[in-house]
Amino acid sequence: MTTRSSIMDAVRTVSAPARIHPAIGAWLAPAIMLAVLLLAPSVLSDFRIALLGKFLTFAMLALSLNLIWGYAGMLSLGHGVFFGLGGYAMAMYLKLESAGGKLPDFMFWSGLTELPIFWAPFKYAWFAFPMTFIVPAVLAGALGYLVFRSRITGVYFALITQALALIVSILFIGQQAYTGGTNGITNYTTIFGHSLNAPSMQITLYYVSVAALAVAYLLCWWLISSRLGRLLVAMRDDENRVRFSGYDPAVLKTIVFSLSAGIAGVAGALFTPQVGIISPSMMGIVPSIEIAIWVAVGGRGVLLGAILGAIVVNGAKSGLSESFPAVWQYFLGLLFIGAVLLFPAGIMGLFKRENWQRPWWLSTSQVRSTIRGLIPGGRNDRQ
Amino acid sequence: MSLTGLAKLPVMMRFALIGAAAILMSLMLAACGSEPPPAPAAPASQASSAPASAPAAAESDTIKVGILHSLSGTMSISETAVHDAELLAIEEINASGGVMGKQLEVVIEDGASDWPTFAEKARKLLQEDEVSVVFGGWTSASRKAMLPVFEANDGLLFYPVQYEGLETSPNIFYTGATTNQQIVPAIEYLLGEGKTKFYLLGSDYVFPRTSNLIINKQLAAAGLEAVGEEYTPLGHTEYSTVIAKIRSAEPDVVFNTLNGDSNVAFFKQLKDAGITAEDLPTISVSVAEEEITGIGADNIAGHLVAWNYFQTTDTPENVKFVSAFKAKYGTNRVTDDPIEAGYFGVYLWKAAVEKAGTTEVAAVKEAAKGIQFAAPGGMVTIHDSNQHVSKTVRIGSVRDDGQIDEIWNSGAPVVPDPYLDSYAWAAGLRELAQ
Repeated sequence: MTTRSSIMDAVRTVSAPARIHPAIGAWLAPAIMLAVLLLAPSVLSDFRIALLGKFLTFAMLALSLNLIWGYAGMLSLGHGVFFGLGGYAMAMYLKLESAGGKLPDFMFWSGLTELPIFWAPFKYAWFAFPMTFIVPAVLAGALGYLVFRSRITGVYFALITQALALIVSILFIGQQAYTGGTNGITNYTTIFGHSLNAPSMQITLYYVSVAALAVAYLLCWWLISSRLGRLLVAMRDDENRVRFSGYDPAVLKTIVFSLSAGIAGVAGALFTPQVGIISPSMMGIVPSIEIAIWVAVGGRGVLLGAILGAIVVNGAKSGLSESFPAVWQYFLGLLFIGAVLLFPAGIMGLFKRENWQRPWWLSTSQVRSTIRGLIPGGRNDRQ
Repeated sequence: MSLTGLAKLPVMMRFALIGAAAILMSLMLAACGSEPPPAPAAPASQASSAPASAPAAAESDTIKVGILHSLSGTMSISETAVHDAELLAIEEINASGGVMGKQLEVVIEDGASDWPTFAEKARKLLQEDEVSVVFGGWTSASRKAMLPVFEANDGLLFYPVQYEGLETSPNIFYTGATTNQQIVPAIEYLLGEGKTKFYLLGSDYVFPRTSNLIINKQLAAAGLEAVGEEYTPLGHTEYSTVIAKIRSAEPDVVFNTLNGDSNVAFFKQLKDAGITAEDLPTISVSVAEEEITGIGADNIAGHLVAWNYFQTTDTPENVKFVSAFKAKYGTNRVTDDPIEAGYFGVYLWKAAVEKAGTTEVAAVKEAAKGIQFAAPGGMVTIHDSNQHVSKTVRIGSVRDDGQIDEIWNSGAPVVPDPYLDSYAWAAGLRELAQ
């Protein structure tokens, strides 16, 4: 036991979860953000609130990735899958409610004549809602355990999760009769008998998203401040030492990967009713990589950074594409390049004391170390 | 203040400053989104904060219209041309005095080949810009994503592409062909030519699946059965296996509902396999002049296509349209069916608004019944109840220069029948689809 506790001490001193002033990191910044989000409906139009509600589900997704990438060093390039699975579970419920006992439209045109068995229980909210968490969590748990038990880490883990994104999106496109194919599932209009498009429902869903994000944030914050959180950081920095201290990294990693996937699934479940469609385009490789960009822009390894990153990047995406519909993607690209050069540690990195000693973009070593830090398995990610 | 200067401040101050800057930035982004972007076709834009109670169009000198196509992503190749045609129509209308004396002000959005983005942008056009009408969409997936948005916000969408039918949204006008204006007559034509062995090849999504569902019923009614039915994923480019299967099934004709890039691969590999249009003709319903440019005319020459309009269609309106399109966008550009449908959709809407005397959706829909327009492809008429248009069906053969020679047409415009109610063999489709 002495070995364990001394390791824990070392871990505590060497890598505290975030190098922001503790008071800010712990409650002030999140409290300000929460206040801003709660007040937003009084200044923004209905459309902007619906849009912000969508961004909040992305924020929750980024938070879930940050938990495993930022703290445990596991870059998952397949988080779109977990988001999508949660979204589909919710969409199945909504579609069955809208179909009112009839066969959903896409099943009919794909040649099915009766509802597939696995669809049937999704007409009950008590089944469908928990499934938005359980399905992605179980998939991630099973995949994670196999991968982590074989001590696959770093870039290999990233590649396997990327393959997962490819496989699942192809599967969903191919099984049109059961999933709606490329169209995805859309044209559901009510939830519990209320119109999904009514402004009051949009506001309700917005507040539900704020609440869910707050709960997810607290859960992640509690987790990383717990012993498990410190072990995660320890594993990221030196997995063998953790193993030699008597912990089983495979189990610990599986638990946190599975939890992260579950949170992503709930985010997807909140996305579906607000946007009105879920399709395989949300779960392929490209959207999965985008999630990593949000986290990197916001500041990886800081919980709030992921949230900020998702909102800023998606806000920029919407704003730029509205103002410059023909060339907005170039501006977005410039924004990413600028972000990497100017804030290599993400937006939250700006608050870190050591970044303020001199203009960091002049320091090639820092830029280099940041790029190295973005590569999974790169060790020098704390500067 | 320089960033090095910032560094000397206490942590809390820095946080406050940067936090304020971040909030400011996101608000600016949100604000620059809510302002109308510069309209290419008209000046003066009204404030977007106009009181919601009064209809925006009634008190300003312009009428806002939206265009929503994919200007980026895989679909942009096809959709940009339709977007161009719609802009051309709007410019022509503005040059000749506008609609009810008001200039049209265009708000352009990019659907980015992504279905949730189509839903988001449609919502933005209707709720933020309060446009009177939106011209947009190409894939059925994008239409299906936009449909609930238009219905919930009581907007108006003009959708310009041929599609699989079995849909009538009260908020959508379908200016492309439905199945009885393209697929069904194409099969009838082939049956009339004595073809009996049909091979169905399509991309794996809703349009080919639904089309083939209908074709199978139609063939069954003629006492026939397809000799093969094959689907490949969108973007699939390896067709040697499929071509081998086609060879062994020995069909008279291949009915091709492949979409996008797959057509390029399929026709090239068909030619490489030594199969010519004389050996085995194919008829395509998603390959028009624009796509032929990509496939290469020599790869597809002699094969058949079914549409409502070709660039070679011989009407005075078409001569004018093709020269205007080329004058604006370049002589190497071609026109085709969806481009034409996008173009005349704007004119149909104009006619309906002028008849109604307002841009209010319910009144425009009511006024639109029976509205006619001499389109480049011939006279088009909006149907009284299903909001599709009557149009002439044309079957053509691809020439060596990539243009299409018409070899058959329906003689008169065909009345749209999205649920195929007038065909005995299609009984039950409406019940299943609704």
